[in-house]
Amino acid sequence: MTVSPDLDRRFRDAAATLGLLDLGYDVVSTPIGELLVAASDRGLALIRFEADPARELERLAQIAGPRVLRAPRSIDRARGELDEYFAGRRRAFDLSLDLRALPSFTITVLGELARVPYGKTTTYGALAAKVGRPRAARAVGTVMNRNRIPIVLPCHRVVGSKGDLTGYAGGLDRKVTLLELEGAR
Amino acid sequence: MATMAIPPFERFYEEHRAAVLQLLRRRLGVQRAEDAFQETFLRALRAYDRLDHGEHLRAWVLTIAQNVALDAVRRARPTDELVETAVDDASPAYAELADLTAELGPKERAAVVLRYGYDLSYEQIAAALDSSPDAARQATSTGVRRIRRRIAS
Repeated sequence: MTVSPDLDRRFRDAAATLGLLDLGYDVVSTPIGELLVAASDRGLALIRFEADPARELERLAQIAGPRVLRAPRSIDRARGELDEYFAGRRRAFDLSLDLRALPSFTITVLGELARVPYGKTTTYGALAAKVGRPRAARAVGTVMNRNRIPIVLPCHRVVGSKGDLTGYAGGLDRKVTLLELEGAR
Repeated sequence: MATMAIPPFERFYEEHRAAVLQLLRRRLGVQRAEDAFQETFLRALRAYDRLDHGEHLRAWVLTIAQNVALDAVRRARPTDELVETAVDDASPAYAELADLTAELGPKERAAVVLRYGYDLSYEQIAAALDSSPDAARQATSTGVRRIRRRIAS
């Protein structure tokens, strides 16, 4: 007995609209590949470059709870802003974020990261200094590496002290593409 | 033995949606099965974060479907006698309890089987019956009392 796409879609929409999900997710196509995007009722919770949802379900459930469902409607707003960003029509994201369960140092660093403007770059050291921990460049690097919401929290704008790209969880190619998109290279 | 972890809802839904639709179509016909399908999984979703473990989830969701179908039938023909509602599940727990519970009403029967056949909590049974945990507990104990009385007589 096959569940028709229409019936399936209606259930997924209803689940999202009624606010019954811990996380709703979908796959979003972008110039840097498909992204797995997940949101809770608190806001955008996760963007992954690994877009195969089947491999990420347990991780999603760990973040927010077991009621994880592919529900395109849950991420309508994020999808819209990401589309605009990749089309070059959006320079800043206007999305609430779900940063629950992250350590306070991480949240402070991500808050500072969010202020790095479109098309500009900063360094790990400069970011560390901004949060009052000038010697914590390496810890800041770790926060960037584990950033749960890349692109929207622009860790691609953070480079080494000599302007070298260092690393990127999504691969250096993507970092270069994002910086070029923003005209920073 | 370690209890099975509760799977992410997406996995649960994908695994059981075909069986749920099949049951509902048989009970309600193709048209009405669609609304009942949505209602079944919404009820499951509402209770899902209160599950104690991930075992017997198929029996659980089929029981929810069973009761959604029952409600739909009642709404459509409120005066009719309720029809037989045995769960279409060939697993041993149901088989063993089938005779014992044969004369119970549908809610009591579902409650007894889920409690003693599948060891589900009253929270889970409540979700399946769309009632409160207290009501689920009461349906279970009423069912058990009836069975005892029948066996004694």
